[in-house]
Amino acid sequence: MTRKLLEVKDLHVSFMTYAGEVQAVRGVDLHVNAGETLAIVGESGCGKSVTVQAIMRLLPEPPAVIKKGSICFDGDELAGKSDKEMENYRGNAFSMIFQDSMTALNPTMKVGKQLVEAIKAHQKISSEAAKQSALQLLDKVGLPNPKLTYRTFPHTLSGGMRQRIMIAMALSCNPGVLFADEPTTALDVTMQAQILDLMANIKQERQNSIVLITHDLGVVAKMADRVAVMYAGQIIEEGDKEEIYYNPKHPYTWGLLGSMPNLIQERKGMLMSIAGSPPDLFSPPVGCAFAPRCDYGMKICVKQPPSNQHLTIGHKIRCWLYHEQSPRKIKPPVGRNKSRQDEEGGTT
Amino acid sequence: MKKHELIQVKNLTKTFHVGKKQVIRAVDDVSFVIAKGETLGLVGESGCGKTTVGRTMIRLYQPDSGEVLFKGENVHQVSKSQNKRITRCMQMIYQDPYASLNPFFTVGEIISEGLEIHALCRTKKEKQQRVYELLEMVGLHRSHINRFPHEFSGGQRQRVGIARSLAVNPEFIICDEAISALDVSIQAQIVNLLIELQRKLELTYLFIAHDLAMVRHISDHTAVMYLGSLVESGQTEDVYNEPLHPYTRGLIEAVPVADPEYEAARSQRIIKGEIPNFTDLPSGCRFRSRCDLATERCAVEKPLLRDVRESHYVACHNI
Repeated sequence: MTRKLLEVKDLHVSFMTYAGEVQAVRGVDLHVNAGETLAIVGESGCGKSVTVQAIMRLLPEPPAVIKKGSICFDGDELAGKSDKEMENYRGNAFSMIFQDSMTALNPTMKVGKQLVEAIKAHQKISSEAAKQSALQLLDKVGLPNPKLTYRTFPHTLSGGMRQRIMIAMALSCNPGVLFADEPTTALDVTMQAQILDLMANIKQERQNSIVLITHDLGVVAKMADRVAVMYAGQIIEEGDKEEIYYNPKHPYTWGLLGSMPNLIQERKGMLMSIAGSPPDLFSPPVGCAFAPRCDYGMKICVKQPPSNQHLTIGHKIRCWLYHEQSPRKIKPPVGRNKSRQDEEGGTT
Repeated sequence: MKKHELIQVKNLTKTFHVGKKQVIRAVDDVSFVIAKGETLGLVGESGCGKTTVGRTMIRLYQPDSGEVLFKGENVHQVSKSQNKRITRCMQMIYQDPYASLNPFFTVGEIISEGLEIHALCRTKKEKQQRVYELLEMVGLHRSHINRFPHEFSGGQRQRVGIARSLAVNPEFIICDEAISALDVSIQAQIVNLLIELQRKLELTYLFIAHDLAMVRHISDHTAVMYLGSLVESGQTEDVYNEPLHPYTRGLIEAVPVADPEYEAARSQRIIKGEIPNFTDLPSGCRFRSRCDLATERCAVEKPLLRDVRESHYVACHNI
């Protein structure tokens, strides 16, 4: 029986700026089961980082405002909790690996001291015990010489090593959910492979949940169990990894999958691209946010936002195409169903 | 000479002086050719010298030794009077669409600057007509001519950068990580545009990138760089289907593929360790410190790029 460890319902987050209100997150529903990896994919500015930072309550308020929504961790409602109360959750219940390890680590403190500080903030243990546990963590994340690394400053380490320290710090209090915000985007491919391998090993050992934020569908295919696709502050499609890759339903997901060049196959013509650019979130469109860029748009798409629909168990979508009154039956241009049709078409 | 070799790079070496006594060989004895109308993809991890190769080729840097031949002419030794002609033929599209456009110039001024320098238009009207033509060619609108760069999105700015480089009718364009700053769906737009323009205008590209999948998509030939040297080069399909150098193999295996079943069935040998520092390079083969196949010979002798199969070159003692 899968247990929902974290559940977010109808989350709205806005930023109050001089130019007006930016509605960065506009009604996100998601849940994370115990021991699974959920990937949130989307392009820059779609609100994936803001969602996660709102859950951890890391956004500066003001300018950020969590307008409404409920965040439930293991049965506790977090919305409305004070900053002081949130301290107990951060680190213990969930922690975060940030994208840019250079700005996330303190440049004036030695690595060891930063780790010990994090450990002592959440656990009542002696300095000596904290030091031992920090050294163990550094060893666990695969740093070649933990004792030496303990005494160095972050700037003397490479990007990959700093990212390992970030992981060590995030793991220090054994969190239930580990948020990883583009953990490998700043790294080279060989380093990325090493870090992803490390994260997979740690997950297998500790059985924690991971929420992986990324725009790289290759990383998602490698790491995730479930995928949520975000666009303009909303989750537009969510489902098991196989469903999303082989049986995608939303035109935006088709576009994302189609615009990736293939590493393992020979070039076949042009890439699929999505015309235009994402909407301005100062004044988000009335209807579906993707409608202006969508090849399959209908009249209703610009008038009214689509609601969440359950297609099969665990596959949710926000799109009018699958409404029972929708006149259109569309063959997706990507995914497994499409390739089968092509093959059949070729043989007959 | 086979086909029409537009660009020949021969034993190019570029060093930089760091501090008082240290010298970095950022590009070490690199040679390749690009035929007219083709695309060479140059891949490698950050700091391997890809950009330095590109910048030396369009004469932003002077090489320490070696030469770059454009249609058989050494670009670093042309007379002053011929200087402009070479500049006009070789253009570059830069990585950062935010930093590479002057924020005080309108799009029209940015694009027409090259036209003025090379005196390609006689009248103002002709110039305006040409800018309109270029804007439409790259998928922008005529009305954008009087706007400033900050009014555009990243993808649109990159289109302005492309229009600027096309303005002077170049034959050869260096795309230096031209798409890596953009989102996936926008990357696809720009790559499609580059391929379309290549067909229409018979352009030749040097496509510098770290995204291996994109390089496979756009290039006819691929060259792989590691710490300033080429380790493998050949026809793109040969390099990707049968990578011979252990570094190329590791690099391709390290890229996650957007196909869950393939990813689950795949065996990955992860390249261990980190890229060594340029100031402290291993002796002999530069990849030796991370290589599984390394032998004693690798520590002593630097492997040279040699022909292993038909136009497939590898620099490794053990292949």
